[in-house]
Amino acid sequence: MKRILLSLTIVASLLLALACQPSGSGGDKVRIGVFMSTTGDTANFGISSVNGIKMAADEVNLAGGINGKQVELLIQDDRSDASEAATIVTKFVTQDQVHAILGEVASSRSIAAAPIAQNAKIPMLTPSSTNPEVTKKGDYIFRSCFIDPVQGAAIAQFGAKSLNAKRAALMVDRKNDYSTGLEKVISEVFTRLGGQVVVTQSYQAGDQDFNAQITSIKGANPDVIFVPGYYGDVALFAKQARDKGITVPLVGGDGWDSPSLYQIGGAALDGCYFSNHYSPDDVDPIVQKFVTDFKTRYGTVPDALAATAYDAARIMFDAIKRANSLDGAAIRQALADTKEFPGVTGKVTFNENRDAVKPIVMVKIEAGGKFVVAERVQVEGAAMPTAATSASPAAAASPAAPATGASPAAKTSPAATKSPAMTTSPAAAKSPVKTATP
Amino acid sequence: MPRYLRNLIIALIVLAVLYGLDFVFQARMISPYFIRILMLSGIAITLAVSLNLINGFTGQFSIGHAGFMAVGAYSSAYFSVTYGANLAATLGGGKLAWAICLAAATIIGAAFAGLAGLVVGVPSLRLKGDYLAIVTLGFGQIIVVFLNNIEVVGGARGYSGIPIVQSFFWIFLIAVLTIVVVYNIVHSAFGRALIAIREDELAAEAMGVNTTRYKVMAFVISSAMAGAGGVLLAHFDGYLNPKSFEFIKSFEILIMVILGGLGSIVGSVLGAILLTVLPEALRGFAEYRMVIYSLLLIILMITRPQGLLGSTAAFRGWRGRRRKKSRTEAEEITAEDTRDSASVDKATLGERQSETSLREKDSKNK
Amino acid sequence: MSTFLQQLINGISLGAIYSLIALGYTMVYGVLKLINFAHGDVYMVGAFMGYYLANGLGARGAQAIGQSADGLIARGLLGSGAMEPSLITALVVMLLAMAICAALGVIIERFAYRPVRKYSRLTALITAIGVSLLLENGGQVVFGADPKFFPELFKKRNIDLFGGASINSADIIVLVIAIALMIGLQLVVFRTKTGRAMRAVSFNLQSAKLMGINTDRIIMFTFALGSALAAAAGVLVAIRIPRIDPLMGILVGLKAFVAAVLGGIGNIPGAVLGGLLIGITETMVVGYLSPTYKDAVAFAILILILLFRPSGLLGSVAQEKV
Repeated sequence: MKRILLSLTIVASLLLALACQPSGSGGDKVRIGVFMSTTGDTANFGISSVNGIKMAADEVNLAGGINGKQVELLIQDDRSDASEAATIVTKFVTQDQVHAILGEVASSRSIAAAPIAQNAKIPMLTPSSTNPEVTKKGDYIFRSCFIDPVQGAAIAQFGAKSLNAKRAALMVDRKNDYSTGLEKVISEVFTRLGGQVVVTQSYQAGDQDFNAQITSIKGANPDVIFVPGYYGDVALFAKQARDKGITVPLVGGDGWDSPSLYQIGGAALDGCYFSNHYSPDDVDPIVQKFVTDFKTRYGTVPDALAATAYDAARIMFDAIKRANSLDGAAIRQALADTKEFPGVTGKVTFNENRDAVKPIVMVKIEAGGKFVVAERVQVEGAAMPTAATSASPAAAASPAAPATGASPAAKTSPAATKSPAMTTSPAAAKSPVKTATP
Repeated sequence: MPRYLRNLIIALIVLAVLYGLDFVFQARMISPYFIRILMLSGIAITLAVSLNLINGFTGQFSIGHAGFMAVGAYSSAYFSVTYGANLAATLGGGKLAWAICLAAATIIGAAFAGLAGLVVGVPSLRLKGDYLAIVTLGFGQIIVVFLNNIEVVGGARGYSGIPIVQSFFWIFLIAVLTIVVVYNIVHSAFGRALIAIREDELAAEAMGVNTTRYKVMAFVISSAMAGAGGVLLAHFDGYLNPKSFEFIKSFEILIMVILGGLGSIVGSVLGAILLTVLPEALRGFAEYRMVIYSLLLIILMITRPQGLLGSTAAFRGWRGRRRKKSRTEAEEITAEDTRDSASVDKATLGERQSETSLREKDSKNK
Repeated sequence: MSTFLQQLINGISLGAIYSLIALGYTMVYGVLKLINFAHGDVYMVGAFMGYYLANGLGARGAQAIGQSADGLIARGLLGSGAMEPSLITALVVMLLAMAICAALGVIIERFAYRPVRKYSRLTALITAIGVSLLLENGGQVVFGADPKFFPELFKKRNIDLFGGASINSADIIVLVIAIALMIGLQLVVFRTKTGRAMRAVSFNLQSAKLMGINTDRIIMFTFALGSALAAAAGVLVAIRIPRIDPLMGILVGLKAFVAAVLGGIGNIPGAVLGGLLIGITETMVVGYLSPTYKDAVAFAILILILLFRPSGLLGSVAQEKV
């Protein structure tokens, strides 16, 4: 009996600790809930994103806040676990009474959390979840990056057209939703553009040894290898592939982006390409200011996740400012009305699916680890304007893609795509332009 | 009062209390955050109590519980996604119709998990101790690998679009049912056979207990209940990801059982609540949260090795080194010897040697 | 044929690393009957120690522990120019990392495992899981969650073999060091007094105690030895595959454990055999079947072997005494 009492006391005190947690304070602050994975297997992504968001918040607070109100960030870790992400968002919308939510990097966790934000009618903006499913959870869910089908189509098209590849090998992280999602689109679009996927090999995140796969890929003799995975694995793969004498370029997605990519992969990555949200070597003054500020503050070059998170936070602040209210519905409307917000990762407009419309940057890795902007591809909705000849490859590639894919409103106004570093025109957008590299 | 009448009244009271609480919670009189944690605790209770049946009462060391949970979760989710909406519509589409759908899903999930338990249990329960552990762990991982590759249920991208039927009533009904089932098993002839197996498998067999049959039965029941827990989880967030069912999850459930005390149902319930609430209660510590969590776990194990409510009896079956103070040192050693010899023999460092050969070698070395 | 040969070479060099980690599992199990789940994480710590020894803690890290910002601590063996990239450097880094991890192993044993040793094995197992979680989460806080690039300790190059296959010099060195360590371990266990005491303790702890063996000291030594081997594996893996992160020990640790059980846990040649088998099987499955089922196949083989030979390939079959 004593023991039961003892344990009940422990549980009761824990519950008390739970109840006494600081919850939402006074009404003179704008409370933004941020849920990210700062521990667990994707901790590095979460930490990057949190850094970007913190910087954006401090900037706006230094400048006097939003309409005179200071921004208060409530940052919570979800241990890289979907269910825990849902728990945190429940806490945000009830205990903490946040006015808006920023989060997650991984689509799986955004999908788990989105219905809760939707039910509570609190706008949620995800900086980097690329699965189309996320924003389908409701009209309060927004995304400030491109979606997988669009990115996949861009990668495949780049391989088929710009690199003139006919035979492709695919290297997929089978355990990773991001990678398998891209794989499908890449192989479909690449095949439609006249190429052939000669071999598909897979690995699992954290694998150290790719020699078996490389031996098989080498046997198939491809012109290009698509590696839609995360940078740690990609860099290792590149190194081992070069060790085994494979010389064809590797092409991947935004998962490659990290200063560590070149640190690990080194010269093995020279001449490879990946699609990205931005490049820290871009000469655009907005980008350069962000990169300099970030470096002063954290001592490292910001990766794309930091940049998209920074943008997402600023888009959210901007919407709250325009809404001039902390009401969920008003902020939602203001977010939906966002037009050409000048972000680090391009000018952001939300389409009717609440997905950001902005250019995809194809980055070329050059000797010494310089990320050079090789091409820019403007994307509208789920359709690739550059592939207007074939009816919206992305939508066809992924049945799950938003319905707008059916009517590709190929709006390629130069204004929408123009940023100082590029010379895109509607015509140019059709066949991507090599830009003068900085 | 006749026994069945008394039981019926208790059952009705429990139902009424659960329904009443459900009603209170639906009215949002308490923060949904607490209710969510409470419901997660309810799911954890189902899992921990069911694992206790096999680990605590039968004395078999299984660490693949998350695999069975995954089978239950995915099979029921597939049912709900494919037939759920239709079935609910045919039944009138109301709250009751969804309750019936959820009941059907629970039965399907539990049945599939039980079947998986049978497939895994029949071959592997011949093994003992750590070997059984590693085989169950292996099966758990294999299930996850397959889930990652089944496209119908989303593969690695996860399975979304499962109808969300979060219900405090249903979660705790299953939890209470699990507790009642395990309690009744333990206090029946079946349960005594299980405990006999835990205490001494050879002796139990000598007394005429069909040990294999009982072990497999306990394993199947335990898996089916884990499957029911999986069903609850699937319909809780409406999203499943194979990542959630890796061996770490099995460890989590195992920790709940051992922290609460092996062979104690109340202990498992407390362990489940404790380990669900603890990470939330530590939220204020930011990035040090999980460091503190693991430190607390180690300290708890050092200070209360038998768990919060564990009886020492459950531990003897584990050929553990725990002994009663009243015994003398010499008695201990003999008692220890009879119990430990098998496991020691099994795994010596290097080749197995008898004591004489050890001595011979020594003299040679001199 | 050349593909097959290549895959075989790949498999053996992967397997050697699994073997090295499996040895630590097997030794601790042999002596304590404890599945030391934290072993994989000690391997991770070993790799990080190698990283910091070679690259230094950086100016901030050195200042934090009261050292000058440009000394050996801050810039490491390579960064400060104290040593050039060569085989000797690799050995020095590895031996130092082994020493640090041996100390870590002793600390873990002393403060986490010894207090629960007198209790049941399950208590010890949960404690081991706790230590494992502590090292992983602590690692993410202390080392940082982002993967780190392990410096090149010596120049690598490809050596062509007959039949079109090739082998990397790093692979050869890893293999040679791994084999040397295994032989060394075998000598320690079978040719020294301490080794004899270890065997006695693993045979029967209580009797060994009565024979006048200081069992606490022997167990501590076992942990030190096992942890040192894990650290060696950590540095060797990092030489071959230069990416390290705080969670790198989980999967590798699990597979090494599977290898130990496969070979017959508690059995040193068994651990080596199990490690090689897992390494080769994994590589062949990836190369010739579907890579996605790699883990499933490794576990399926384990299950099959355990079902037909319950004590592993080289483990002795024990009769249960009444």
